[in-house]
Amino acid sequence: MAELLKVENLKTQFNTEGGVVKAVDGISYHIDEQEIIGLVGESGCGKSVSQLSVMQLISTPGEIVGGEVIFEGQDLLKYKAHGSEMRSIRGAKIAIIFQEPMTSLNPVLTINQQLTEMLELHLKMSKKAARERAIELLSMVGIPSAKSRIDDYPHQFSGGMRQRVMIAMALSCSPKIIIADEPTTAVDVTTQAQLLELMKDMVERFKTSLVIVTHNLGVVARYAQRIYIMYAGRIVEEGTTKDIFGKPRHPYTIGLLKCIPRLDEEEGRKLVPIEGLPPNLINMPPTCAFLPRCSYKVGRCFQESWPPLKHLHGQHYISCYANTEERTSEPAAR
Amino acid sequence: MTTYIIRRLIQALVVLILVTLIVFFVMRLLPGDPVLIYVAQTAEFEAMPPETLDRLRAEFGLDKHIMVQYANWVAGIFRGDFGTSIFYREDVGTLMLERFPITIHLGFLAVIIGAVFGALAGMLTAVRRGKWLDKTVTPLTYGGLTIPVFLLGILLIYAFGVKLGWLPISGYTSPLDDFWLSTRQVIMPVFCLAVFGLAANARQMRSSMLEVTRQDYIRTAWAKGLGERVVVMRHMLKNSLIPVITLMGVGVSIILGGSVLVERVFAIPGVGSLFVSSIFGQDYVVVQAITLVFAVIILMVNLIVDISYAWLDPRIRYG
Ligand SMILES: Nc1ncnc2c1ncn2[C@@H]1O[C@H](COP(=O)(O)OP(=O)(O)OP(=O)(O)O)[C@@H](O)[C@H]1O
Ligand SMILES: [Mg+2]
Repeated sequence: MAELLKVENLKTQFNTEGGVVKAVDGISYHIDEQEIIGLVGESGCGKSVSQLSVMQLISTPGEIVGGEVIFEGQDLLKYKAHGSEMRSIRGAKIAIIFQEPMTSLNPVLTINQQLTEMLELHLKMSKKAARERAIELLSMVGIPSAKSRIDDYPHQFSGGMRQRVMIAMALSCSPKIIIADEPTTAVDVTTQAQLLELMKDMVERFKTSLVIVTHNLGVVARYAQRIYIMYAGRIVEEGTTKDIFGKPRHPYTIGLLKCIPRLDEEEGRKLVPIEGLPPNLINMPPTCAFLPRCSYKVGRCFQESWPPLKHLHGQHYISCYANTEERTSEPAAR
Repeated sequence: MTTYIIRRLIQALVVLILVTLIVFFVMRLLPGDPVLIYVAQTAEFEAMPPETLDRLRAEFGLDKHIMVQYANWVAGIFRGDFGTSIFYREDVGTLMLERFPITIHLGFLAVIIGAVFGALAGMLTAVRRGKWLDKTVTPLTYGGLTIPVFLLGILLIYAFGVKLGWLPISGYTSPLDDFWLSTRQVIMPVFCLAVFGLAANARQMRSSMLEVTRQDYIRTAWAKGLGERVVVMRHMLKNSLIPVITLMGVGVSIILGGSVLVERVFAIPGVGSLFVSSIFGQDYVVVQAITLVFAVIILMVNLIVDISYAWLDPRIRYG
């Protein structure tokens, strides 16, 4: 399928009193039409900031300092942040579902008011038509008796239902891409599975591409065609879901896989957390940021700067100097 | 909601009873005798025999036991009779009907101006934080909060009345008699009354807008592609107003208090100046009546404020 969005060397930083936080430090990725990709990494590695940057939703002290976001042949970063070109993309062409369902809806406006304003704005619907469509969307995402609940306020909905409303909202203008920023972090496991299934069904139905942002590799395994692994503001490994789960090559990915339980493996495998903490993004050393936590490190890692992405085969790339290949087949013995 | 309002009204009644008790007994505790003060102003004071004074006291019921006086006063209020002013020799109800419209005219304008322009200033300074508008207006609000009303009044009179001669320095005309003159006369006093509310509302509005700006649902609003005006007016305004509304109750009490000073400075024959002269004249009945009406106004405003929360914030439901 044709390429829809291409992010090239995107850099976003926060100019804080403590120093410059390089939250996103030159990431590149792309998504094709009707593709589902996963963006995975620990908390604080810059996943949300990268996605907000694509939408130009970064506010002070944050600043997009470089890169390109090519969507339908245009570089979105050339547009003024709140100018009309950028606004005609937001919600209409690229929609985003945020990670906090409890606070992402306006408490003083009804669900109807919040759902219809996009339809009226982007699709130029009348109030009445927009309301009809909003009810339709709500039933589609599984809100029971949508007709009577549409005039409720967000606080009358549970967390899972609010996230369904957010999904309905994201779908409402049939965007090309939906970015789901940890859409299921704040809900229980059952709801989480339901919401993910719902999103998968919906993007198929609407022929939309989906970016699933998560810190949980397990979440994307079932849905994503390709996966990007992010660490400290950079992408350290990318590949098809098969590559990542079958032949992970970056030490960080290998570590991540060791800490998710799997059903298809022999019993008795220990879940091993990655030792150490993610780095402070202020005053980062020039060398690989994963170095202090890495168990594969070689001499070169200490001397040279952060390794560039290296092509392995097909769509599989890693950013690593070490030879991790022969040790990945079986988990490191402990 | 109805039960809530009834409960609040009962509470208000209790407060009012306390207010009547306090104002009644505090006035009596003050040294001095209103009858003496009254007759001292008349020429024949020296010649006045003690019997006449006693007759006057009896006329105003001041010879009775203090509890009986209180009971008579309260009973009178229920009949709509606020008593007779010792000083003006006039029915207090009539006296207040003459004076209150003037104070309400000024006070109402001050409340509206303080609320509308204060909130507007707060909103604009928040939206343009750090820009020139914010840098000029926000420091001014410090001044507005701290400047004494009478000083501001005198400065205004000096500048716009005496030096520039743009505005009349004192007096009051009903807008029904001469609208243009009336408007020119009320500009300065209304500004004096409004300045605290303006500043307080602007500051509160600015900080609550900045708080709301950081909320996730505002990020959602931007992500929908809405323009700045819609984001501010539809998504931020109602949320930011909630803390500002709280100030309205306080604002009205401050304006009523301020009217006492402002009406003096601008020689306006409102209820504020009546209040001051009645205190000095120890005109018990007038002071009591005005205090009571002020208390009723403040209690009602606060009730309205609490009810308007429910309108602004659907999460609040009074049971
Ligand atoms: N407003 C801000 N000011 C300063 N630093 C910020 C700000 N917002 C984000 N950051 C920094 O940017 C980095 C990336 O944050 P981001 O929210 O993208 O993380 P994330 O990967 O989405 O994490 P999570 O899984 O917790 O959502 C963090 O280290 C954070 O400290
Ligand atoms: Mg995040």
